[in-house]
Amino acid sequence: MASGFDIVIVGAGIVGAACAAELAREGMRVAVVDRDIIGGGATAAGMGHIVVMDDSEAQFALTRYSRRLWRDLHSGLPPQAEYETPGTIWVAADESEMQEVRRKHEYYASRGVAAEILDSKMLAEAEPNLRPGLAGGLLVPDDAVVYPPVVARFLLERERGVSVIAGSAVRAITNDGVALEDGTRISAAKIVNAAGDASPNLTAGVRVAPRKGHLVITDRYPGFVRHQLVELGYLKSAHTHSAESVAFNVQPRRTGQILIGSSRQYGVTNADVDPAIVSAMLSRALQYMPGIGTLSAIRCWTGFRASTPDKLPLIGPAPGTDHVYLATGHEGLGITTSLATAKLLASQITGREPEIAVTPYLPARVMDGEKHA
Amino acid sequence: MPNLIQVTINGQAVTVPGGITVAAAVLLSGKSGIHRSPSGALRGPVCGMGVCFECRVTVNGRAHVRSCLTTCEAGMEISADE
Repeated sequence: MASGFDIVIVGAGIVGAACAAELAREGMRVAVVDRDIIGGGATAAGMGHIVVMDDSEAQFALTRYSRRLWRDLHSGLPPQAEYETPGTIWVAADESEMQEVRRKHEYYASRGVAAEILDSKMLAEAEPNLRPGLAGGLLVPDDAVVYPPVVARFLLERERGVSVIAGSAVRAITNDGVALEDGTRISAAKIVNAAGDASPNLTAGVRVAPRKGHLVITDRYPGFVRHQLVELGYLKSAHTHSAESVAFNVQPRRTGQILIGSSRQYGVTNADVDPAIVSAMLSRALQYMPGIGTLSAIRCWTGFRASTPDKLPLIGPAPGTDHVYLATGHEGLGITTSLATAKLLASQITGREPEIAVTPYLPARVMDGEKHA
Repeated sequence: MPNLIQVTINGQAVTVPGGITVAAAVLLSGKSGIHRSPSGALRGPVCGMGVCFECRVTVNGRAHVRSCLTTCEAGMEISADE
């Protein structure tokens, strides 16, 4: 039995990595176990958009806090992390969406998040490849972009006291650690389940469901897109519970490549690329940016977001246990909120006062502890 | 004699036989390579059948066109890396 650890974390995605770095900084000896490679799941599949969102006050508080943590972190990141600050433009197609732009602007401005309303002409100047005639948008200049798998590795290597065991699946969380599929046991007083969409397999009662997404990446076309562009209709797509939806969501990479998204599907567990979904996604993109049709796509892939019933992550003790913590359920915001998640989890484990209230993210809100003790 | 047409390669008028590929035209113009990799290495048409993507050029303003699969047309503006 491997021993000598204070904490074992299941999952070496960006959330598990951030938690490992934070807990190691507190002086703990941390083991991180992953069935695959570092940052190989949703961490590698997503866009890496660091974005403030205001679907709820709790989501806003977590994303704003976390974006600040990214800003503090970024100067130490390796160049391969491709951290950039292109900003986000929430694109309004019509006057009703401009009303949403104004509401969002007021919300952000009154809470200290820089944002600027763009009219139709300003939007066209900011992004010449958008189709003419769009109503405008909201520029959030401090939103950022990163290549998450590199950051996951960086976080795991940054602190002394973190051991990574990759390529070993955890079979079960036990009373004194974890048991691996190959029979190895790793002992630790506390266990963190950061296994994303696989987290329900290890902790009963975790209400996390996979929500499949597709992305396309193009060849290099520097300057074709300048900001992360998201249609305001995205909010409808991301925040409904309908079976499937697509939205216009494109991102410029430092390489000049363009990531084209996005899709959301519940109830699909196979990872195959679905041509009908890709087609719907690209059609949506073409409606906003017709020139995308002249670009070469070089790859298309899928991933699974770990979604929760109320669109907020699960950060804190698993109800009914005193040694298992959850750090999962981040859906499409796991890159953004990973750093704040680590801070909130560490504050709960060490008993230190957190910088923002943890209550909205405690797993007990959507879990019944008695059944799963 | 084959039918001769004129194309422009990196701003220079070049006369080539009609019906040849853009890759052939660029090589005929005396260049040893066609495309530079992101790290700056000079690349050329390796497979000649559209698979390797090492022969990409800009044709009439459109980037990343595979020159080995594209037939020269009169007046075509070709931009290749040097």
